[in-house]
Formats: sequence, structure tokens, C-alpha cells
Amino acid sequence: MATAKLKGVLFNPIFNNNPIALQILGICSALAITTTLENTVTMCLAVIFVLTFSNFFVSLIRSHIPTNVRIIVQMTIITSLVIVVDQVLQAYAYEISRQLSVFVGLIITNCIILGRAEAYAMNNSPVASAVDGFGNALGYSIVLLFVGASRELFGSGTLAGIEILRPVAEGGWYEPNGMMLLPPSAFLLIGGFIWLLRAWKPEQIEETPFRIAPNSRPARAY
Amino acid sequence: MFEEYLNLFIRAVFVENMALAFFLGMCTFLAISKKVQTSLGLGIAVIVVLTITVPVNNLILHNLLDEGSLAWTGIPALEVMDLRFLGLLCYIGVIAALVQILEMTLDRYVPALYNALGIFLPLITVNCAILGASLFMVERHYDFGESVVFGFGAGFGWALAIVLLAAIREKLKYSDIPAPLQGLGITFIIVGLMSLGFMSFAGVQL
Repeated sequence: MATAKLKGVLFNPIFNNNPIALQILGICSALAITTTLENTVTMCLAVIFVLTFSNFFVSLIRSHIPTNVRIIVQMTIITSLVIVVDQVLQAYAYEISRQLSVFVGLIITNCIILGRAEAYAMNNSPVASAVDGFGNALGYSIVLLFVGASRELFGSGTLAGIEILRPVAEGGWYEPNGMMLLPPSAFLLIGGFIWLLRAWKPEQIEETPFRIAPNSRPARAY
Repeated sequence: MFEEYLNLFIRAVFVENMALAFFLGMCTFLAISKKVQTSLGLGIAVIVVLTITVPVNNLILHNLLDEGSLAWTGIPALEVMDLRFLGLLCYIGVIAALVQILEMTLDRYVPALYNALGIFLPLITVNCAILGASLFMVERHYDFGESVVFGFGAGFGWALAIVLLAAIREKLKYSDIPAPLQGLGITFIIVGLMSLGFMSFAGVQL
């Protein structure tokens, strides 16, 4: 029973309740860094680390946090974790850290993290919260990896730096689609991802505010 | 001097638009852009908060955190201290505190504006555009004057983008969209097209 529930907590956010596609959370700090797969994977690992542990620690001290200062306490925990990630990246992966620039710091204001702390970790046990954090971070990573992989593959013909489609400039046949490396393509790709997801799972389709009546006959309209 | 500031302002509003070029503040951008009225309120709140927090964080960076910036205390041990790793914690603290103070001040002295902004003020603390602007200020080494202009410009650009999107979405209600694209999906695609439009400003320099 307990494991079945944990499994649901882990896998639900991946497709059924995806943080990006359904909850509109955590889009902010993510999209600008999806131009190459390497950056995307780094960002995903950072978010998985921060989200899992922030949920765990918030849940650990949830009964000691006074309600009216809880946001500040949660923010402090999240910020400390992000500082750890930032310092580790600067020390061991300086090149990537420079490319991600401000977006590592912006994990703090990634709404998924505060959102999960507030919605789940404040009311559940530490282990379940950590699993929930991990699951949501996975759901976030799936969308990010999809966007990152398509942008790098079609934008420069490589995947994680390995050449897949040989570009024309190097004697191959593939004409790289430069637009994929520009910001707008990320929006279009996520729009497409949501379209695919909702075509597959129709229960996620949003209700239309109203329906337009079919055209009336001209004779009646005038 | 003035020219330089104007150039920076234009760049912050159009070329390096917070929402459409850097994807900052996207969550609120998508969630609260259904009506022009509300998005205008949110936009004004963002302008106000950004114009204040970026310069304040600039002062904190240059007088407390940066290497050798504590020299004014006269204590030798502090003069060589580099506290920049505490930056993130300080900036988010300043933003949260300032938003709270601004909220109380407005409530006391300008209740009309306070009521107009309503729930958006507290929401702004976790808007990445605010923290993002402070981090850009650090990364690009702006001085105090530049950070005032940049803060205002970044806020103005963000507000412009959200009002435009809200206007489009109001019209969009009447269009016939494939069911799975309804709502969030089509909004993403529209933002992508807007961002394409804003890219035509790239390279504009005065």
C-alpha cells in the first residue's frame, strides 16, 4: 500500500500532472539554457538535486515553522541549496557554469520548487516529500530534455556535442536550422509538446470559455 | 552620458526584453495574462519593484559584498573579504523585504494604487524577472546610474510584453483552435511568435 502510493507520487508528475505542461510552473529559469543538450542536462541535475532536498528539509522541520514566516524559511533553505550547486559548478564545471550564467541563481525563483514546498512538503512526511520532489523534477526534466535535444539536433546537427546530422558547411547534407538556437523556437517547441501530450491524454484539455455557434444562413442573418 | 543611458534603456526594453528574450517571469507572464486590465496592474507593479530593487542590490553589492568593498569599516580583516557567494541570499532577501515595505507604504499612503495592484505585489517576490534583473546587473558590472536605468527599462519591457500578450489573448477567445492546443499550448506558440517579432529589434543602437 505504502509503496504503491509512493510510486504514484513519483510517476504522476511525469505525464499526468506535469509541472510545466499542466501546472504552468517553473518555465522561467529553464528555456534560455536549452540550446545544447549538455547545458540542459546540467540544469536538470541541478533542479533534481535542489527540489529533492528542499522538499526533504522543509518537510523535516515543517512542524517547527511558524505559519506566517514560512515563505522566508522555505526561501532560505532553497537559496542555501542553490548556493551549494552554484559553488560546485563554479569549482568543477566552470565552462558550463559560465554558459548558464544567471540561470543557476534563478533556480531559487523557479516556481516548481517553492510550489512543491508549499503544496506538498508542508503536509507530508520527509521521505514522501523527497519522492514527490524527485518526481516533479523528473517531469520538469522530461520537457527540458525534449526541448534541449530537438534544439541541438536541428539547430546544429549534434547531440551532446556528437555529430549526428553532418552540416553542409562540413561537406555533409544537413542545412542547420538557425532559428532553433534562437529564443522563439523554445516557446514553439513547448507549445508543440503540450499539443502532443494533450492529444495523448485528452483529459488535460482545457475547457473552452464558450463555443461559437455555426454560421447561420444568410437569409436569417439579414 | 544621456545618450548612453537612452541606449541602455532601449536595449533593456526591446532587444533584451526580459520576458521574450530571456524567458524571465514566465510563470506569471502566462498565468496572469488573460485580461488587459489585470496584466496592466501587474506590469506597473513590476516596473515599480524593479526600479527600486536593482539599484538597492547594486549598493549592497558595491558596499558590502564585493571584494575589498568593506574597506570603509577600517578593519583590516574585513578589507580583504570577498562575500560574493552570499549574493543570492542577500538579493532575494532585499527583494522580499522591499516588496513587503512597499506593500505597507502603499497601503498607508496611496490606498488607491494599493487596491489596484492587489494580490500582485506579494506575488512579485517570486517573479524571476526581479531576481534575474539583479543578477544581470551583477554580471554586467553596471554602476549605480546604469542600474537605475536598467531596472526601469527591464520592468518597462516586461510590462509592455505582458500587456501585448493579454490583448492578443482577449481576441483569441473567439478563434477556433484544435482542442489539445486550447489554452496553454496556443499561448506558448503566440509568445514564440511575439518573441520572433521582438527579435527584429536586435542590433538597434542609438
